[in-house]
Amino acid sequence: MEVTMRIKRFNPETDKKAHFEEYKVEVEGTDRLLDVLNQIKWYIDGTLTYRRSCAHGICGSDAMRINGRNRLACKTLMQDLGKRITLEPLIGFKVEKDLLVDMEPFFAAYKSVKPYLIADDAPSSGERLQSPEERHRFDDTTKCILCAACTSSCPITWTNDEFVGPAAIVNAHRFIFDSRDQGAALRLKILNKGSGVWRCRTVFNCTDACPRDIKVTEAIEQVKRALISGEVNYTEA
Amino acid sequence: MAYHRYDAVIVGAGGAGLMAAIQLAGKANIAVVSKLYPTRSHTGAAQGGVSAALGNTEEDHWEWHMYDTVKGGDYLVDQDAAEVLTREAIDAVYELEHMGLPFNRTPDGKIDQRRFGGHTRNFGETPVRRACYAADRTGHMIIQTLYQQGIKHNVNFFDEHHLVDIIFTDDGACCGVVTYEIKTGEMHVIHAKTVLIASGGFGRVFKVTSNALAGTGDGVALAFNHGIPLMDMEMYQFHPTGIYKMGILLSEAARGEGAVVRNSEGEAFAARYAPTLKDLAPRDMMSRFIHQEIKEGRGIDGKDYVLLDFTHLPEEVIDEKLPDITDFARTYLGVEPKKEGVPIQPTAHYAMGGLPTNVEGQVIRDPQGTTVPGFYSAGESACVSVHGANRLGTNSLVDLIVFGRRAGKHMYGEIQSNDWAELPKNPMDRAREQIDTLLSRKSGESVADIRKEMQEVMMDDVSVVRTHEGLTEAHDKIRDLQQAYKNIAIMDKGHIYNMDLLEGLELGNMLECAETIVAGAIVRKESRGAHYREDFQERDDKNWLAHTMTYRESDGSLRIEKKPIVITRFEPKERKY
Repeated sequence: MEVTMRIKRFNPETDKKAHFEEYKVEVEGTDRLLDVLNQIKWYIDGTLTYRRSCAHGICGSDAMRINGRNRLACKTLMQDLGKRITLEPLIGFKVEKDLLVDMEPFFAAYKSVKPYLIADDAPSSGERLQSPEERHRFDDTTKCILCAACTSSCPITWTNDEFVGPAAIVNAHRFIFDSRDQGAALRLKILNKGSGVWRCRTVFNCTDACPRDIKVTEAIEQVKRALISGEVNYTEA
Repeated sequence: MAYHRYDAVIVGAGGAGLMAAIQLAGKANIAVVSKLYPTRSHTGAAQGGVSAALGNTEEDHWEWHMYDTVKGGDYLVDQDAAEVLTREAIDAVYELEHMGLPFNRTPDGKIDQRRFGGHTRNFGETPVRRACYAADRTGHMIIQTLYQQGIKHNVNFFDEHHLVDIIFTDDGACCGVVTYEIKTGEMHVIHAKTVLIASGGFGRVFKVTSNALAGTGDGVALAFNHGIPLMDMEMYQFHPTGIYKMGILLSEAARGEGAVVRNSEGEAFAARYAPTLKDLAPRDMMSRFIHQEIKEGRGIDGKDYVLLDFTHLPEEVIDEKLPDITDFARTYLGVEPKKEGVPIQPTAHYAMGGLPTNVEGQVIRDPQGTTVPGFYSAGESACVSVHGANRLGTNSLVDLIVFGRRAGKHMYGEIQSNDWAELPKNPMDRAREQIDTLLSRKSGESVADIRKEMQEVMMDDVSVVRTHEGLTEAHDKIRDLQQAYKNIAIMDKGHIYNMDLLEGLELGNMLECAETIVAGAIVRKESRGAHYREDFQERDDKNWLAHTMTYRESDGSLRIEKKPIVITRFEPKERKY
């Protein structure tokens, strides 16, 4: 089938502002949107710019705004998009070129929640023990691929540069509720600040945007509840 | 141009590169270069597990793991290296747990383990639970955990820097790299006492592959162009269960948990070829079984695919232990694996070959094992060789953590005892000239066309089954494409995020890899592991119990030498499962 791809373009070396360009292309319904972007780049316009790598939804490179919703281009099939498709870069980030945005603030927010195990009790031999229930407690938030689809979908992040955003909270959650970690108090303190979880207005855009089906809003709520109760439950949400 | 000086520069931020970086962090001044953001590295796509003889769910010993590795590699494995791999796997897995990796757990709280292809108890008796795992996203958890440690230890990351050259002194020591900053187009010379190439594999030389678009063999090809040999390049693994036409990997963990592969008659045919291990026969064999079934007309609907059947598995096993891969089937094929079989075909997956190294990760330049000062490699870009002619599932992740760690530790010793070697004059000239040419050439050959032709000929003639005729044809084709490549023209002439330019550079690297794969496959007149010759169907230990080392001569031709393999414990035997 023939589709019209309407792509927001911006080349910082030649353009003052962004504009849309249209490409008519022949596609199969089972093609990934990324395949179609590649087809345009390889055979029609090599200047079209976007990030990509794994092409099956695991590396997190190609999040973009697809018909108004944040999705991974490699995890979206053409048959689900209609005949006229609008592609824009993630909003809330500085556009570097076409569909490619500046990820530095996103990674800075991620780093601000100390996203690594804080623990000084590793046994001299063998593993630390953790029950399957304790392991299950934070399973959902280990799935994050740092694609920024959630953070960019959050209306709070559009107007508030301070807010760490849902992805950073998801990654804080992954450690706060890990029974092996000793840094929960430290991370909760960071997320209790003006830039932290209380900025969240429970809009659920993040949950809808997540290509890994992480219950993002629920994770944020669990962090809020831990702050209110002053307790971290390592087996039950 | 920018100039930097570090004790060590690590190219590639996947499992091997980051594992090495963590050994050096805080002790030496290091830079980690990646053309992606580190968490985008292809280690993150690994699914099923990382093996170590922990014995958490049943008796296991590293000697059994070593035997399986040697036999799985069809005895082309260097056994001293396989011993290091399997012994140190145990500590390395514990180290990952200590760093925070969220492994699945046994009821008593230990790391859980599951079955995987070719891993057996007591030297081949029956499958053993050896693969430590985190659902079916073990690689994702490894890359996340290691990157997190990198942040914790304040590692200097050069994100989105593309490797465009490796710098050697006139005496042949490695003394740095040249990178191209993708965001700005600026060139960087990173002067270093030690360089680690951990740039991964090159599955993108084939049409159907599980590999990321970034898997283009940059580090391997650039080193080769500086006279460094490549080892066992003909040994390229096809994973039996890639999603039909797309090549996306469906982990062997599926079969470890009980899924089977069925032909058009509904037969789980692996049992007919490998009565003991059945669907858990090693990957080279499973891929050939599938090829044979299709050839004999038992592909589904007469087409070139078969089905991976999960339908008899308990729903909770699918949801808890195989969530990602079953989601791939739903997303990309619209198939519900709980109800119907998933169309699969063999997919280009893993390079057993690469830059030859010793067990310290030092690159060697000849069959005698002479090391190249300052130059290291680990992970898929390297060939130690622990995988021989066919890698066992999970052993790639074991390789990354064991030899990434060893390389990092050995680099530390070299950093302490050595000073910086003097850079040659104008070290970035070669890359600068190449890039300037691409940016100024107005018209020429299409990168996409050349790449497509390369991928097609490699798939048709250099994949699961090979013949002299097909290989010769592929050789001629690749040489023609290399000629055409000299005149490529790219469309984007800008300096900011010029991904078109990078694809042009990557194609040159892929063609180098493709040429050496074909050359090795032509000279190896036997069948061993992943290298199956229809015209030489038997393994020939008399002539070919040896690695191939391929060199680029100054006149542009290739020279191939043999390197003897190391046998310590296990004499070659017929390989039956």
